[in-house]
Amino acid sequence: MDALGLYNYWIAIVLMMTGFYVVVSRGNLVKKIVGLNIFQTSVFILYISMSKVSGGTAPILAEGFETYSNPLPHVLILTAIVVGVATTALGCALVVRINEAYGTVEEDEIQSQDQEA
Amino acid sequence: MIAAHLPALQIVVPLVSAPLCLLLRRGDLAWALALAASWAALGCAALLLQQVLSTGPISYQLGGWAPPWGIEYRIDVVNGFVLLIVAAIGAVVLPYARVSIAHELPEDQHAAFYTALMLCLTGLLGVTITGDAFNLFVFLEISSLSSYVLIALGRDRRALTAAFQYLVMGTIGATFIVIGVGLLYMATGTLNMLDLAERLPPMAESRTVLAAFAFLTVGAGLKLALFPLHFWLPNAYAYAPSVVTAFLAATATKVSIYILLRFFFTVFGTAYSLELVTLENLLIPLGVAAILVCSTVAIFQTNVKRMLAYSSVAQVGYMVLGIGFASTTGLTAGLVHLFNHAMTKGGLFLALGCMVLRLGSVQLDSLAGLGRRMPLTMFAFVVGGLSLIGVPLTAGFISKWVLVQAALEQGNWFVAGVVLVGSLLAIVYVWRVIEAAYFRPAPGGDPAAPNAAAPGGEIVEAPLSMLIPTWILIGASIYFGIHTSLTLGVAERAARFLLGGGA
Repeated sequence: MDALGLYNYWIAIVLMMTGFYVVVSRGNLVKKIVGLNIFQTSVFILYISMSKVSGGTAPILAEGFETYSNPLPHVLILTAIVVGVATTALGCALVVRINEAYGTVEEDEIQSQDQEA
Repeated sequence: MIAAHLPALQIVVPLVSAPLCLLLRRGDLAWALALAASWAALGCAALLLQQVLSTGPISYQLGGWAPPWGIEYRIDVVNGFVLLIVAAIGAVVLPYARVSIAHELPEDQHAAFYTALMLCLTGLLGVTITGDAFNLFVFLEISSLSSYVLIALGRDRRALTAAFQYLVMGTIGATFIVIGVGLLYMATGTLNMLDLAERLPPMAESRTVLAAFAFLTVGAGLKLALFPLHFWLPNAYAYAPSVVTAFLAATATKVSIYILLRFFFTVFGTAYSLELVTLENLLIPLGVAAILVCSTVAIFQTNVKRMLAYSSVAQVGYMVLGIGFASTTGLTAGLVHLFNHAMTKGGLFLALGCMVLRLGSVQLDSLAGLGRRMPLTMFAFVVGGLSLIGVPLTAGFISKWVLVQAALEQGNWFVAGVVLVGSLLAIVYVWRVIEAAYFRPAPGGDPAAPNAAAPGGEIVEAPLSMLIPTWILIGASIYFGIHTSLTLGVAERAARFLLGGGA
């Protein structure tokens, strides 16, 4: 159980922090959505990692295979991916509407326009 | 036969009505269907709560799959109570919606609006009724995604940026909840809440469980606008259509508080949440800060909707304080305030919606002289305001009274003082509206002068279809200030259940 052996969890953590940082630090609304996506993807990897059983195959009944990975997290993540897609679609739709209304997708320009009004 | 499937019907009826609303295309037909569905949901919720109160918790196995493998709907006193609040607000808001939405949204968006509203109701009811941790996340996202759409429908273009901001914050919050649920699954191998509660205590010291606890707390905190995670809320409430503001203010944050309660007391158990992690050291300071800071900020707002939105964050502070005390009295105060505040704030936002209909704006200046021109609406606002302050004989008084009792039980004079200061601050911001409406002359000096924002010319009272729902909620906030046996009784049972039988 050395720390490097759990490298997929490290990947999940790095992706999570990367996505979170992009959401917080970027003023461009499209980039924020990209960051949000990376953030959500890290959770998918976290779930998939935990379902892996060493030496396990895909959970399909067949002769000669005894060990299977846990299928439940896969199914959960399928749901979470759908939720993620819906969130991204809605976010993109909002960005299009914001662009129509303000003529920009930069957060600081939107704010300065709001303050003038 | 049907009675056995009430828990499923509670969700299925509003869920099925949502796509049907879209298929009907015509706004008035969609409205009629949504109205029928929301009243059916209220009926289900009332029957369920009655059943729970007389025979104890109900467990419903979706598709006949036995828990802990299948998804279980589990209704006890706590979520039966919250279900009733959510369904009641939905049923009261819909009759109001027809005129208000016809005024605020273009004709072709009406059917889509009711679709989104019913989806939001489905999601909120689903979060409350489910006994499965992952199912909770799915319903939470159904309600959140539809509420982003509802907020973005506001007429002001700032509604779009507010909805986007809420989308980002809300998604981060929901993702935190999934991470928490994932870590719990990792530690225990189950997603059923009761099963989790049984398997968690032996591994209470584990770091995975602690991380799950932290993620769930922050995630739910983002959703319920726990100070200082509330920045999405004021804009979202201020620019959303009036009906949406009233609906979300009365239900969405309340359901998030329920999530917090469920995880703290049922899943992790009182022993873990309060003795091992000493959550009260976090909740009480945050509640106090929310009350003081947000009530003060509310005083300086010129948009009345925004003012009430800040006041909502402060009121969430009261509920969190109640949870933080972790005594029966404290939890009772939190739960009763959840109910009373839903009635009061829902009624206040509906009254504001009537003003939007006639005035086109809720800036403090535009309310000048409104007390004469819209007496019933304005008086509803005054009564709601009194309940917000916590004047005796209103519902707000009852919850604050119990909260102060809970504080004094633990000898916490400081918090009792904060509750009183919060009420004083509420007097200031409610008074600013009353002063504008009753003591300032109408613009132009002539009380019947046509207002530029109201195309109909003279400003008259709002139509009955909007006034009656407003007064139902405002009336409820008086009724439950006098007859407290229903609310206090149920809340106390729920609090005992959470502290005793839930762990």
